[in-house]
Amino acid sequence: MKKELKILSPTGIVGYGFPEESFMAGVALKPDLIACDAGSTDPGPYYLGSGIPFTNATAVKRDMKLMLKAACELNIPLVVGTAGGSGADVHVAREVDIIRQIAKEEGLSFKMAVISSEFKKETLIEQLNAGKIEKLGPAPVVTEKDIMDSTHIVAQMGIEPIMEALDNGAQVVICGRCYDPAAFAAPAVRLGYDQALALHLGKILECAAICATPGSGSDCIMGYLGEDYFCIEPLNPERKCTPTSVSAHTLYEKTNPYILPGPGGQLDLSECVFTAVSDRRVKVTGSKFIPEAVPSVKLEGAKGAGFRTVSICANRDPIFISQVDAILEDLRKRTADNLSADFEYNLDFIVYGKNGVMGQLEPLNQISSHEIGIVIDVVADTQEHSAAACAIARSTLLHYGYPGRIATAGNLAFPFSPSDMKVGEIYVFSVYALLRTDDPTKLFRPVYEEVKP
Amino acid sequence: MKIALKEVAKVIRSKNAGPFELTLDILLKETEMFEKMREKNVINVKAIAELYQIPEEDVISIVYFPNANAIKATIVRPLPSGALGERDVYGAQQHGPLVSFEFEI
Repeated sequence: MKKELKILSPTGIVGYGFPEESFMAGVALKPDLIACDAGSTDPGPYYLGSGIPFTNATAVKRDMKLMLKAACELNIPLVVGTAGGSGADVHVAREVDIIRQIAKEEGLSFKMAVISSEFKKETLIEQLNAGKIEKLGPAPVVTEKDIMDSTHIVAQMGIEPIMEALDNGAQVVICGRCYDPAAFAAPAVRLGYDQALALHLGKILECAAICATPGSGSDCIMGYLGEDYFCIEPLNPERKCTPTSVSAHTLYEKTNPYILPGPGGQLDLSECVFTAVSDRRVKVTGSKFIPEAVPSVKLEGAKGAGFRTVSICANRDPIFISQVDAILEDLRKRTADNLSADFEYNLDFIVYGKNGVMGQLEPLNQISSHEIGIVIDVVADTQEHSAAACAIARSTLLHYGYPGRIATAGNLAFPFSPSDMKVGEIYVFSVYALLRTDDPTKLFRPVYEEVKP
Repeated sequence: MKIALKEVAKVIRSKNAGPFELTLDILLKETEMFEKMREKNVINVKAIAELYQIPEEDVISIVYFPNANAIKATIVRPLPSGALGERDVYGAQQHGPLVSFEFEI
């Protein structure tokens, strides 16, 4: 019988915080591994595209310091997935800098592996031409231009590169873009634990205590991996795991709760059994892993889409509100006329109180509110161009003469002066696809460093 | 008799499943109601397509998940997260029509 492996997951994203008391309760149980995810595509394409992390450096340092100190004291590995939020080299570099600072300030020594997941464009174009890049779900087919236009393209690593880094003696493993469960599962699979159970446990642990009730993405949880089962129990006494809370978590952010695709194959959870071991601990059995014939990894890329200027304004005139669609339709023409621009721009009106939240998915057509909010959104090739178009759209709307108008002083309430906000460069997802590869380890090369105070 | 989904559900939520898909989760309070809804296939491709005014082929899957008394529907996002003209980067506020959904069994 293998001994039960204890895996401590402090928080859903490094930098989202966790109660120190919960963490210390976990440390007192002498875990065999601390692992934490640090990334997501949820905040949108800006962060991958711009290279700016969506997590705050001060908050990351606080979380990382507690994890590093505990890993060094217990002499156990610390694995961080998708460092810096998006996992491109520039994001990883910020986290590595923070780690070096902490080592210096706290007098810590350890061997660190840093695993890049960013691709050179030339390499990907070769792969594209060799037919190795495949369409993924509803995302568009990737073209050579998409690759060339991208500022950063990363692939989600699986467990293999992390296992290699641990084999080579790394105690701290900092990953670029990483399949969320891999940071938790790789050390366990390396020790001979079942891959399906390890990945399924990782899938739950990567969101920290979200699977508990009450749930939280910023509180600690412990996973216990045995030979043919795993258990999960929160470390904060105010939370508990129940078979319903844990199985319901399987639904979260997934297309299908039974089949979860990842690098190298898919988890099949259709025969899983969730049972209560105590009123706080849940045991899971029956997870399966179905490997792919040719392994694949997921590619994510983003590219610049221009520069944005927005103006936030509102209207509380029943006569205006009753005609808002026609007014905004005509405003597009007036703006084009008044601007006589020699550049292209994208002008959009987000009307809160009508369909500002759901856009074309909104089933309600009637405005029932006494006031509406309007965001004038302009994207153009330069900041100055978007500011020019936004200014014209805003001033034209302010004084627009619509049929039956009796409020002749101005159509808009502006909450702020200045009324127009220059957002800077914006990005969109440009690559979202699968890359087939015979050897997923070859794509991600660990680089080692002896970190000293 | 019409049943309001919000009266029998304890969770109704939406979220991105990656930047190109939107997934809707309904967790029912009682197993009995879940079983009735599953038997009658209350949440089906046609119902979701009508509710969100999208073509039926844009409904990627509907799954009944007894472990959690849950029904999950996943649709193609009309625009990817963060695209120009897109309204909800996380996709977390697209569940409203389900809160108002009524059905008969």
